[in-house]
Amino acid sequence: MWNSSAEFFAMGGYALYVWCSFGACALVFLLEPLTVRARQRAIIRRLQREVLAEQFDQKGGK
Amino acid sequence: MSNVNNLSSGQVTNWFKFSSPSAFYPLAGKMIPWFWTLTIIFGAAGLWVSFFVAPVDAVQGQGYRIIFVHVPVSWMSMFIYVVMAIWAGLGLIFNTRLSAMMAQALAPIGAWMAFLSLWTGAFWGKPMWGAWWVWDARLTSELILLFLYLGFIALQASIDNVRRADKAGAILALVGVVNVPIIYFSVKWWNTLHQGASVSLTKAPAMAQTMLWGMLLMALCLWMYSIAVGLMRVRAIILEREAHTDWVRQLNEVKQ
Repeated sequence: MWNSSAEFFAMGGYALYVWCSFGACALVFLLEPLTVRARQRAIIRRLQREVLAEQFDQKGGK
Repeated sequence: MSNVNNLSSGQVTNWFKFSSPSAFYPLAGKMIPWFWTLTIIFGAAGLWVSFFVAPVDAVQGQGYRIIFVHVPVSWMSMFIYVVMAIWAGLGLIFNTRLSAMMAQALAPIGAWMAFLSLWTGAFWGKPMWGAWWVWDARLTSELILLFLYLGFIALQASIDNVRRADKAGAILALVGVVNVPIIYFSVKWWNTLHQGASVSLTKAPAMAQTMLWGMLLMALCLWMYSIAVGLMRVRAIILEREAHTDWVRQLNEVKQ
């Protein structure tokens, strides 16, 4: 259907509209899992610090 | 009568174990990679059909290919809202912690889907109608859906007491469900610039088979994506809300 890659990217003159639509979706579907993973790592780090602090307390602060 | 006996005999009750956050957390962790794998498979197949198999449209040229993201994200924005409202409602009725967390985990995904529906719609409307935006029934009701998602997120974030936040959010979510059929039927009830449904439950789809397949594959991809991201977010929410409990302290990733 496409004779060259340039023809593919031109999208029959609709390049701006097609690629802005697909591009925005790709961006959202890439960034959302990354922010969720950052949130998960942040809470894990907080919990690790709290557990460490408790162990430190029980040992008598040495 | 035999149904009642089966319900109490253990087979079924086993599943309810997973309604507790401590049992669901590891299960969700095991399911996430599977849903990501399915997302990539369906996404690759869907994009292949969208760009290399589906023929060019007689009227709209190559510009019509926006349909392959626009329709799936619009479907998902409505579908996720209904699922979110069901979880919120279950949380309200049975007072189960996990249901409310599920509703909270789904809201941002749905909001992004509604945003992308409007965004891709604008980039489709501009070349075809000559306008980025019109105050048409379909577009306006979809914009209200986006505001309902944002309102749900903001309302929950603004109440410090978690239980009360869940309840207030659930009521907003349930009242907002009325908007979903309005979006769906808006193209029938009013004279809209937006075209009618391309795929309908009651009549044969008004498009080529390959176009339909492209849209269905992309919808499946987004479905799997929503489940994967929803499970990831619900795991973070579980840890945040259950931070004080012993089972969280005993997790391998926390003990290090």
